[in-house]
Amino acid sequence: MSEMRRVTAICNGTVVDHIPAGKSLQVMQMLRINVGRSNPISLVMNVPSGKVGRKDVLKIEDRELTQEELDRLALIAPNASVAIIRNYGVAEKRQIELGNELVNIASCSFWNCITQNSREPLPHKLRVVSTEPLDVRCSYCGRSQDIDELADSIL
Amino acid sequence: MTIPPLGSECENQSTSVPPPQKETRTGVREIIIDWAARISDFKPTVIGFDPNRASRGTRNTYDRYASGFDEGKGMSDLITMDDLTNEEIIDILDTAEKLLPVARGEVYAPLLQGKVLGNLFFENSTRTRMSFEAAMKRLGGDVLNLSSVGSSVAKGETLYDTMQMVDGYSDIAVIRHPKQGAAQYSADAVDIPVLNAGDGAGNHPTQTMLDLFTIRQAHGTLEGLNIVLVGDLRYGRTTHSLSHALVRFGTKLTLVSPESLNMPEEIVGDLRTHGGDVTESDDLPSMIPEADVIYMTRIQKERFPDEDEYAKVAGIYKMTADDLKVAKKTMIVMHPLPRVDEIDASVDVTGHAHYFKQAFNGVPTRMALLCRSLGVKVPKKVGA
Repeated sequence: MSEMRRVTAICNGTVVDHIPAGKSLQVMQMLRINVGRSNPISLVMNVPSGKVGRKDVLKIEDRELTQEELDRLALIAPNASVAIIRNYGVAEKRQIELGNELVNIASCSFWNCITQNSREPLPHKLRVVSTEPLDVRCSYCGRSQDIDELADSIL
Repeated sequence: MTIPPLGSECENQSTSVPPPQKETRTGVREIIIDWAARISDFKPTVIGFDPNRASRGTRNTYDRYASGFDEGKGMSDLITMDDLTNEEIIDILDTAEKLLPVARGEVYAPLLQGKVLGNLFFENSTRTRMSFEAAMKRLGGDVLNLSSVGSSVAKGETLYDTMQMVDGYSDIAVIRHPKQGAAQYSADAVDIPVLNAGDGAGNHPTQTMLDLFTIRQAHGTLEGLNIVLVGDLRYGRTTHSLSHALVRFGTKLTLVSPESLNMPEEIVGDLRTHGGDVTESDDLPSMIPEADVIYMTRIQKERFPDEDEYAKVAGIYKMTADDLKVAKKTMIVMHPLPRVDEIDASVDVTGHAHYFKQAFNGVPTRMALLCRSLGVKVPKKVGA
């Protein structure tokens, strides 16, 4: 007997699969999804996965995430798989890529960084020093960023 | 006499300057230098050249052609020691060595004549500020000083806006700022080269260069030494930059501090990742006999978020001449200064004390850095 679907298929929108278990709320934060005013969203957490043990899945209806939006996810869900759904079918599969530098995606969390002055006009820049383990540092002050806290610093 | 702008010399020239020869037209630059040398008693001043700035109209045409040195080379920022390779470090130290007579005032070498340094100090400074100013003036350049007190910074001007002014008024900027990352931010905001003279608890690479100069002067090498860094390693930007540089030269590094002032983990991690032989301890006396260099630092009251935390560690390391009786004869004591009570005055009269010499070395080292960043090549024999 096939396993019953936990959520229904969506007609149009974006499915983000293989999110590390428990991280989907942070993913929503990083995608700047306002849960009070957004499109319909289906969220599944801690479901079994043959690939990663347990995972979260996020389905956003009637919204196709841009590559720039998806690349933000690389900070907390670098191995997530993304499908753009059109008319119940997978129209596109997109890769999440963590570039060398994240510009105006999140701000440095160090209290004494020059970028803490919100009136300073230059872009916030975080440099990816290594991916395994993930080490992201402010391009200005050089401080390592706590990846879990980065979701709170999303711009 | 007034020097007419180039480009108008054929039509409007009132002095009897011979026109450029047709057959040498391919050597326009040489013609113009030759032309400039012939009129009156004028001698072309050697000025570094930045084609980008010239194209912005901030330099007159004469500057563009009269430059005798490495056009387009240099113009580089120095924000952290990562901006320099080991070869570049050695090259700068060699240049500083050549400039020692100029730093002492024995020889006048106006290599930076016509250049203006923006000396921006948003935090207190004695040695860094004065030695940059001395370096620029000894090389014939001018200095504009700015501090947060008495400037528009006190009115709430952003660093970005302030830097736009500096970009227009000067050829190179030196910046000290209480906010970490301010130097890199400034470098991103302007076209002129920016030298980091200390950003919060971040980096202080020009201090590192003079520290390396002093170590090499005393020991003849930077390699294979046993160097002990002592004191506030958590907030001490001098030790952050210096440790990065030292491990690249194969130094055995010992970090001595109370636990609350340990070197930040990410820096220690970086040092070890780069192959650094790094040991941490809180015991200074046991390190003295084997050390080649003991680098003392002040516990920086101004960097502590909590005064009670400062009180717990203030005065924790105090070195006296008696403590150094077990030291190697060649061991040197360094300190970026100012000191409070970590080095007793009795040490000053021992052969180990190198901190005042170290402070003087800021002048030739910063001369070399200014020349490098402005693309001005220092001749093999300065003043010859």
